[in-house]
Amino acid sequence: MALETQVEIKPQRPWQSTPRELAPTFYLLVASVIASWAIVAVTPMKGKLAYAFLFFVFGTASLSINKGRKLGRAAAVDSIASSVAMTGAFLVFLPVASILFTTIQKGVAGLHWSLFTQTMFTASYSDPISKGGLLHALVGTLYLIFISVVVSVPMGILTALYLTEIKGPGANFIQFIVQAMSGVPSVVAGLFIFASLIVATPIKASAIAGALALSILMIPTVTRTAQEVLLLVPMDLREAGQALGATQWRTVATIVVPAARNGLITATILGVARIAGETAPLLFTIGGSDKLNWNPFKDYQGALPFYVWKGLLLGTPESIQRAWTGILVLLILVLVLFILARTLGGRKMKSK
Amino acid sequence: MTTKPAAPAPREITTKPRLSDRIFRGTVTGVGMLSLAILTLIGLFLALRGFQTFKSEGFHFISGVKWESVTSDNGTVTNNFGVGAMLIGTVLIATVALVVGVPLSVLTALFLTFYAPERIKRFMVSVVDLMAAFPSILYGLWGFFVLMPMVQYWAGLLYEYLRWIPIFNAPQPFFERSPFVAGMVLAIMIIPIVTSVSREIFAQTPLDRIQAAYALGATKWGMIKAVVFPFGSSGVVGGAMLGLGRAFGETVAVFTVLNIVFKVNLHILYGFGGNVASMIILKWGEAVGSETKALLAAGFILFVLTLMVNMLANAIVKRTLKSGK
Repeated sequence: MALETQVEIKPQRPWQSTPRELAPTFYLLVASVIASWAIVAVTPMKGKLAYAFLFFVFGTASLSINKGRKLGRAAAVDSIASSVAMTGAFLVFLPVASILFTTIQKGVAGLHWSLFTQTMFTASYSDPISKGGLLHALVGTLYLIFISVVVSVPMGILTALYLTEIKGPGANFIQFIVQAMSGVPSVVAGLFIFASLIVATPIKASAIAGALALSILMIPTVTRTAQEVLLLVPMDLREAGQALGATQWRTVATIVVPAARNGLITATILGVARIAGETAPLLFTIGGSDKLNWNPFKDYQGALPFYVWKGLLLGTPESIQRAWTGILVLLILVLVLFILARTLGGRKMKSK
Repeated sequence: MTTKPAAPAPREITTKPRLSDRIFRGTVTGVGMLSLAILTLIGLFLALRGFQTFKSEGFHFISGVKWESVTSDNGTVTNNFGVGAMLIGTVLIATVALVVGVPLSVLTALFLTFYAPERIKRFMVSVVDLMAAFPSILYGLWGFFVLMPMVQYWAGLLYEYLRWIPIFNAPQPFFERSPFVAGMVLAIMIIPIVTSVSREIFAQTPLDRIQAAYALGATKWGMIKAVVFPFGSSGVVGGAMLGLGRAFGETVAVFTVLNIVFKVNLHILYGFGGNVASMIILKWGEAVGSETKALLAAGFILFVLTLMVNMLANAIVKRTLKSGK
């Protein structure tokens, strides 16, 4: 019987504000909305900007005065600071929301099935969007991504291994170089491939030249992320491997890398997300063909960012519609990669 | 009767790595050095191809404000290449971007580190990371069609009320495609990097100092002012410089929103300007011969500029992060 009379203890959270404590804040914010509306209606200040600005001023001031009356000057200043910090974060959120909203709103209008089965070879960019498609660009982008992955992932991971496993005498310096490399402007990467390969070697503008330019941008991203996850692998595992008599090579290949597998995949995905939408290097390196080209080593290649770029530069309503649709497809690709990286990264954290 | 198997010979005890290890270490070290090689090659090739331009233009290539290649009737080509105007434009636009972007980033980082509840924090971190993953051409497109009309309105307000400050003045009230618009787009583009560096630094603030401030009765803001800012300010400067490096090198977004004209324009609201990166792609299409070389030389200048800014920034950030440990 004793079991049934157990009292369930409700967890108490004394640090959380009760509705009663929150009520003044709510009333003051409502009052601020009304006040800013009234002022916009009466004075010559007009527009959304005026609403937002007045609401911010009234809200911050009234909350601060309310706090200050009860708790003194320091609390009033503190209240202003938290309002300002919150507003700052909200202002950062706004453009992201706007970008996602605009892209979907404008891009969806041009989505149709033949977009993915046709190329621009026989169509012009100023034709209505139902004519022609972006198959060539999609194929080009997939080629670029594939080759960049093949080049940069082994390089990035091996560099990360150098930084975490070997910790050679040059490790600090290489770390510094990798960081410097991540700041190389994308246009410079394109110019470099042009100046070194396209001018001087038989490799002409093609998917492979573009992918090599993109690899310069991708390697630092992969290296830094891979390095972070390799550092998360517990030292004990490495020591266990050594204690069992494994050589360093066996330890790394059979213990460290498998333990960090998810993280390394995340590193790859983040690297791909970094380069998938790069436009500037492609302008010098892939030629920007409108024809389907299955050979990544020869002839001009198209790519999604290039497709958007051409549509944008032409500037007719139809071509701009193409640009929006192209960027929507690109954005979906980036979003999928982003979510993949997030879920994998999240799982890695939990298993730790 | 069974024969005893021979005891295995004792293994040689040595610290000399085995062959497999030597191959492994050699390969990994070699690949590790490749990034250094790539960076050197970039500088080398661009300098090499641009060498002729540097030689014929001399210092004028940096200070000159004209970019023209004139072919006269008898076929002689007179070149006059100088990136001066574009360098000034690059700095101008990047400054606008920093002035707008850095305060927002620092506020966001403060909000995320010290104010936000766990759920909102996780959401906002994703938002900021997503911003970093958006392609620059998307920022360009959005900046042109969505942001520019708004910024033009803000520019109008600035012009109307703050014209007495020289940089907000303009010969005519013509605000379309101005450095101000480009700076605004860049401000949004540098927010992710500045925010994440600032956040990393704020999170490294020694906990004992934070708790000491609270124990002495500080409010949250008092604690931030007394502990977080003194600890993190130099790191935030480093983060801002990383943002500056990004802003210097941004190409496509600036090209899309800015009206690129080869003149020095210090009126940020007035509708023309330029930066080195966007000028390279503007001139690339029609460039032949010596102009291509001059563009590669301009690429070299841009490379050196961003490399210096980035190296300095990384050194500063690293020093701050270390001081917290």
